Amino acid sequence: MSAIQMRSIEKSFGETPVLRNVDLSIRAGEFLTLVGPSGCGKSTLLRILAGLEAPSAGSVVIGDRTVNGVRAANRNLAMVFQSYALYPHLTIAENMKTPLRLRDLSFTERLPFAGPLIARDKHRKLQEQVEETAKVLRIEGLLNRKPGQLSGGQRQRAALGRAMVRKPVAFLMDEPLSNLDAALRIHMRSELAELHRSLRTTFVYVTHDQAEALTMSDRMAVMMDGDILQLGSPEDVYNNPQDIRVAEFVGAPKINLLPGEVDEAGHARCGEVALSRVAAGAASGEVRIGLRPEHLAVVERDEPGALTGRLVHRENLGADLYLHLAMADGKHRMVVRTGVHESGHIAVGDDVTFVRKRGEAMVFGRDGKRLSLSEAPRTSIPEVA
Amino acid sequence: MTDLSLSSAGASSLPAYRFSVGETIKHVVLILGALIVLLPFYVMLSYSFKSPAEIMQNTGGFFGLQEAFRDDYCVKLGKDVADCMVTPVIYNYTTAFQKAPLLRYLLNGAIVTASIFFIQVLVALPCAYALAKLRFWGREAVFGLVLFCLLIPVHAIALPLYIMLAKLGLTNTYAALVIPWTISVFGIFLMRQFFMTVPDDLIDAARMDGMSEFSIIWNVMLPTAVPALLAFAIFSVVAHWNDYFWPRIVITGDRDLFTPPLGLREFKGDADGDNFGPMMATATIIVAPLIVAFLIAQKRFIEGITLSGMK
Repeated sequence: MSAIQMRSIEKSFGETPVLRNVDLSIRAGEFLTLVGPSGCGKSTLLRILAGLEAPSAGSVVIGDRTVNGVRAANRNLAMVFQSYALYPHLTIAENMKTPLRLRDLSFTERLPFAGPLIARDKHRKLQEQVEETAKVLRIEGLLNRKPGQLSGGQRQRAALGRAMVRKPVAFLMDEPLSNLDAALRIHMRSELAELHRSLRTTFVYVTHDQAEALTMSDRMAVMMDGDILQLGSPEDVYNNPQDIRVAEFVGAPKINLLPGEVDEAGHARCGEVALSRVAAGAASGEVRIGLRPEHLAVVERDEPGALTGRLVHRENLGADLYLHLAMADGKHRMVVRTGVHESGHIAVGDDVTFVRKRGEAMVFGRDGKRLSLSEAPRTSIPEVA
Repeated sequence: MTDLSLSSAGASSLPAYRFSVGETIKHVVLILGALIVLLPFYVMLSYSFKSPAEIMQNTGGFFGLQEAFRDDYCVKLGKDVADCMVTPVIYNYTTAFQKAPLLRYLLNGAIVTASIFFIQVLVALPCAYALAKLRFWGREAVFGLVLFCLLIPVHAIALPLYIMLAKLGLTNTYAALVIPWTISVFGIFLMRQFFMTVPDDLIDAARMDGMSEFSIIWNVMLPTAVPALLAFAIFSVVAHWNDYFWPRIVITGDRDLFTPPLGLREFKGDADGDNFGPMMATATIIVAPLIVAFLIAQKRFIEGITLSGMK
């Protein structure tokens, strides 16, 4: 087990830059997720780490060895692919044995009939390793089947098995759950996280699904346009997005963003409503104010600082009820989280009044960077609303 | 409710039996086409059963009457006329094997087509893999050249090829029959198109497992490409088994190197006239392996042809 460093990685395909000077250090044994929309370069970064793609600039260090010129097979990494990539003509056992055969057996020992005769002990050892791994993944019964005879979930396990047998330094996973159906995907999430805990090996996991990143990882890196925008624990990324694109990408339903401006006193305000905290050091000007749906609450009566919108869509998730509201200005939509019990009676077309929870709003400057807010000094004017 | 479901079930099963003008016309046209294609084979098979007199007079139906007739050649050799009475079908087929070393020709045909196909695969798979899956400078240009070569008819380059082989002293050898066909641009093109559909992930997985690029070709691409290879095998084997043109040019003297189609010449226009019975028997024997192979692997053949998009 060793840490992995990726230093100032750049990559471009022809004229198009895919990765711009990315630095990433992966701690030994952690579950790190690279998450971002498609085309953000996350898969390319993983493939550079795997050795399947050469970076245009920068270096990859595994442990204390720079592996830039090292072939993929010799980096001792294992990869799990979205399409499973099992060899269709081999049984599951043979699939799982392939990386071991190529690593541990010489050319003559790999020969079809003579090989097992020359090196019987070695072949038996490989078989044992395969069976051991199959037991961990509970696929012993499938070892003699071909990939075509398995369901998606079983194939995914077999692909994991092929990665696990070689006891790699790190597992690289490229959207491994994307081809599974929704229920299985959610089940596999917890299974993968458990597997990570029991193996204690580094996992580098690429996904476009922010829910997978939030649920499984120790740390997640949000990537966009070839850059890592923010790297941190899921809680940190969700609660303290440092960039408006991160705030928008992480969290479902999406964060509500309202246009606003910072006045001379440093208060961010949206129309009549102003925040009590002060955006320290921010030049006055346009900002965007972000409020997550759970930071808004439906109220019965008009209160100071309350906003009103007309209900256009109700999204009932059982435990939670999300109200999609069209604001009076006709341009903005807001999503408010509430419970079925409290707000079940509200029908589409009704006007809904809601307030924000104090201290939760995030303010993003014009460049999309988060502005830090602090409590206003006591001497300043009392809160307007 | 029951009535309704019954009638709907009845209605849904109806179209299977419904008479359709369009379908009928389609089938009539196809049947006519099939008859036109099959007629020469019918004549070939029928003649291979009949005596020369029946062939000339066009009597005897499909099988002929199988009445014994006098073999003039046998009489010429000075044997007794009674010993020279032969049954047409037996005479035709035995003459086919006796007058020409047909088994030798069949063996030659098998050796030549098998080596051609084997070497073609040996060359086409790595080329197709490189063109489909590797990124290198000038790849598109090379592929353009492959497409361009598809347009060149064999006959156009026959003469230079012949001169080259003659200068190398290779005429009248197996090499002359095999070498010109070892690089099949059609094979490269067909396999490249198939390899394009193989997911990149599979190749990356093989690389991660530690396979070299050549090992990927033979251990990963080849097994997945079996349907495409079968399609290619059909084109390659049929074309070279039936080829008359090229063997006729490079095999000039040595009858031991004749391929089956050249064997047909043995019965052509001697001084004593064409001997259609044995000739057609030879033709039947020559096409038989292909037809038998087709019947055995019919499903695979059709899969392969639809796969290659060729009709």
